[in-house]
Amino acid sequence: MHGRPRNPSKPEDEEASAAKASKLRALQSQFLHNHHSKLYDKGALELSAKLLEINPEFYTAWNYRKLAVEHCLSQPGSDPESILNEELRAVEGALRQNFKSYGAWYHRKWVLSKGHSSVDHEMRLLDKFQKADPRNFHAWNYRRFVAALKNISEEDELKYTTDMIERNFSNYSAWHNRSILLSNLLKRKAEVFPKEKILSEEYELVHQAIFTDPDDQSGWFYHLWLLEQTVTKDAPWLISCWPASGSELIISDSKSASSCTASPLSSYFSDGRVEMPVILYFNQAIKGVNTSTVTVRSVFAESKDLVWRPLSLSNFGSAQAWVAFLKFSEVKIDYSMSYEVEVSLGDSSGIVSLNGCPLTHAFQSKFMVRFQQPDSRNTDGQNIGSISWEDSNFQNYEGGPEQCNIIPPCIQLKMAKDHEPIASKWQVDILMNEIELFRELLSAADCKIGKLTLARLLTALDTLMLYNDTSNSCQMRHTEEILALYTDLMKLDPSHSQYYREEHSLTFLRQVSCSKENLLRYCWLYRNSALSDSRNLVCLRLNNLSLARVGSIENLLWVQMLDLSHNELRSIEGLEAMQLLSCLNLSNNKIKSFTALDPLRHLKSLKVLNISQNEIGKHSVDTTRYLCSSPLSHTEASDWRRSGLCSTDDAQLSKYWEAFLVFRDLTLVQLGITGNKVVNEDFRSFLLKILPTLERLDDTNL
Amino acid sequence: MVELAAEKHVRYIITVEKVSYSIRKLTCCPDPLPQYLQKKDAFESVVMEHLRMNGAYWGLTTLDLLGKLHVVDQDEVISWVMECQHESGGFAGNIGHDPHILYTLSAVQVLALFDKLNMLDIEKSVLEGQISAFLVHDDLILIHRAEKNYALGLRSTLTLYSDIASLQNEDGSFSGDMWGEVDTRFSYIAICCLSLLHQLDKIDVEKAVNYIVRCKNLDGGFGATPGGESHAGQIFCCVGALAITGSLHHVDKDLLGWWLCERQVKSGGLNGRPEKLPDVCYSWWVLSSLIMIDRVHWIDREKLIKFILDCQDLEQGGISDRPDDAVDVFHTYFGVAGLSLLEYPGVKAIDPAYALPVDVVNRILLPHD
Ligand SMILES: [Zn+2]
Repeated sequence: MHGRPRNPSKPEDEEASAAKASKLRALQSQFLHNHHSKLYDKGALELSAKLLEINPEFYTAWNYRKLAVEHCLSQPGSDPESILNEELRAVEGALRQNFKSYGAWYHRKWVLSKGHSSVDHEMRLLDKFQKADPRNFHAWNYRRFVAALKNISEEDELKYTTDMIERNFSNYSAWHNRSILLSNLLKRKAEVFPKEKILSEEYELVHQAIFTDPDDQSGWFYHLWLLEQTVTKDAPWLISCWPASGSELIISDSKSASSCTASPLSSYFSDGRVEMPVILYFNQAIKGVNTSTVTVRSVFAESKDLVWRPLSLSNFGSAQAWVAFLKFSEVKIDYSMSYEVEVSLGDSSGIVSLNGCPLTHAFQSKFMVRFQQPDSRNTDGQNIGSISWEDSNFQNYEGGPEQCNIIPPCIQLKMAKDHEPIASKWQVDILMNEIELFRELLSAADCKIGKLTLARLLTALDTLMLYNDTSNSCQMRHTEEILALYTDLMKLDPSHSQYYREEHSLTFLRQVSCSKENLLRYCWLYRNSALSDSRNLVCLRLNNLSLARVGSIENLLWVQMLDLSHNELRSIEGLEAMQLLSCLNLSNNKIKSFTALDPLRHLKSLKVLNISQNEIGKHSVDTTRYLCSSPLSHTEASDWRRSGLCSTDDAQLSKYWEAFLVFRDLTLVQLGITGNKVVNEDFRSFLLKILPTLERLDDTNL
Repeated sequence: MVELAAEKHVRYIITVEKVSYSIRKLTCCPDPLPQYLQKKDAFESVVMEHLRMNGAYWGLTTLDLLGKLHVVDQDEVISWVMECQHESGGFAGNIGHDPHILYTLSAVQVLALFDKLNMLDIEKSVLEGQISAFLVHDDLILIHRAEKNYALGLRSTLTLYSDIASLQNEDGSFSGDMWGEVDTRFSYIAICCLSLLHQLDKIDVEKAVNYIVRCKNLDGGFGATPGGESHAGQIFCCVGALAITGSLHHVDKDLLGWWLCERQVKSGGLNGRPEKLPDVCYSWWVLSSLIMIDRVHWIDREKLIKFILDCQDLEQGGISDRPDDAVDVFHTYFGVAGLSLLEYPGVKAIDPAYALPVDVVNRILLPHD
């Protein structure tokens, strides 16, 4: 099937091919007859060997030979040695014809697992095959199988990969096997394989590959793996939370949906109860957040009554961000009091990463909550005007940073002093050394992998320093350089420009969000003459920035009004953690489907949403079909249609099920959706049915 | 720019299918081949006879994607498929061969294309002696098959489910058949099959997912077994299985996405591993994986379309692995499926996880009235 030329065949070739074909067909029919008649005599066995030599992929013949072996072994006076040797010979014959034959390799494993053959013999055979084709993954798999079966040490196998790499560094298979062996050795024999020393040596080795031929990909992924080994720790820790420790929150009545005031905090009144989210954000997805692993103390909310929910797209009980809602009973509130709430975690080892590592750093946070007496003017919950995202409604935020109490005073969560710092000196040294080397490489020649690796190294260093920095003035020192590198890469390697553009966006957002000063440049006051309320809304405006990706969400948990319009967003993954969001503008982006809006399902406080001028309904391929909750991936209960609405027409539901799954739990008041191909009268009527709280759809007041 | 020669490809597939059906009849009854077929009876096609069931799936899915499934004789295909079912419940690659999970999936997919998954249910009800229950279906062939099976006392789907489920091992992995070869390809197949049959609860999904996660590598890709090197085909299987079980959170989408998008070489084609030649079949393995993790925009769409179209045989129809190589059904399917994933006009949308047209998957998995 591979690599055969298309030339029109000559008559004599056709003749020869037909002759071969009829010979093979005769063999196959005779073989099937023998197989069905359970004939295991010498002639029948020879015929099957002959067939397999011509066509090693004829799997039924391998099965037949296994039956034959078992039959022969069960005969009185059988000679296992010679029976199994015959099988090894049959496999070698077949592999000579096609050494990529799954059936042949497996047959050999099967024979070996019967306790036959010697290590030397197998290793010699492998050597032969691996020299002939150093990238044959069947041979490599088989090698690992033999090594495990015969207890060959991982050190010896590591040495073998070194030999292979030194013979020719362009051997991805060898680099791969090396990563598997080293991961095991680093874990299990840390005394003999100290990480710091091993990593330095490995960097040296991989430099030879990358610096000799920067276009050869063999070393690229190994280098990236080393970088990850250098900077990441297995253990999870908390990187952000809301409310921030030491903050003082004022909770006001916000029964009327449009008053999504940003300052002070709007709250979530329902049935005379006030709700307030507490968000925990970790450096990686974790599981095990519950009332026994997280303690919340306050006069109102009993820790044990809290329900912690993972904010993730899957239903597997793991997530990077978790939320619980503190509930206060309105009746008991004393409006002249400040109440203290204390959140602590890390006393138990119940919080673990997906591969089972427990949380390392304990954490404790205290914040104050004060309540504002409900405003009599608003108690009837009347509409006090709709949100309009026009520029004229926004004013520069003029106050100094200290006046803006909505952004937490310290964006990054600092580790308590009594804990060891996240970064060790050796990590920083390695990164500095690598950065210097790659700068040298780039000064000699412009190359894609050099630029990309340098950008990644600088990002890793900035991030490492950020968590180490104990001052409050965090800065990403190399942002400008990193941004320039990604801009260069877009030109240098246009085929992958979208990848670099996304990295560019993530870098930019890291810079914007890393300090209060930077953030304030993007904070605006929303003023609308229709807004009778004297309070101002603070809006984070990240519009018109060519953003292709959202990130640094851990620094944006406080945001209640967000403008991401006029960017190049295809995905909003990550937004599900922004539990305070009540107004969101995503218009004029590249959102292609409702499944791409799945994160919105988690935003229970969302009232105003603009997704107009996107590409929903325009594409036949849905790239987020499996990244959302859906019956296709068994992440949505089979009775999903009955949950929620009953008045909806079933034909519409079948047609717009993706939209239904996103919107059914939201209580939107205002929705902009025009300018998407999916929108027509039928769809609008469907929206009105599934969104009964809607007061405004596009330009129409309902 | 060259366009998709859809009609030629349809004709090519029909020719190949016809020849194969005549040939498979010959494997049972040794009549001489009709002259016009003898010429086509090349060594290459005989050597592929053991995976005829895969061939049927490739050819028929291509026809469906090109809107031409109706041109084949559905009854003939289905009765042939059912003849490949073994009494254990699983399907063989051809009549008389041994059952293997590789062919069971293709058989289930072919039945799904024709909306005939109920074939499997009907046989079950026959077994239970409820012959009248299926008379509402006016498909005579179904009844015929069912009665025949009943008369022969053959077991069927009842055992197909349990047959697939019985291939799951203690560590969550799956064997391909009773002989025990383990591979994440088989994990995907078992999960895909059982999901299409609404029987995913018959296996331990959590264990199955954990085994796949153990096969994850430094580059974010997946191997055949723990420690096995990443390969685009294997990645499709693992990502597909994780997608179907709603477990894509186990995938490092950015890391794997970068590895996958670097499979695009200068010519625009995709390879399956670093430093290998491009090949049309990777248009499927790489692209479907990139789509499932929402990173497909990281490659150059136009260049890949051009590469696939350049691999067409514009005279005889069919698509080959690389420009100017000999065409085959396998690459014709992967080329057309790749174009479908690239939203090429005139090609129906294919589902990246189940490898069936989107309308077929929706019909099976989304509730309908
Ligand atoms: Zn190929």
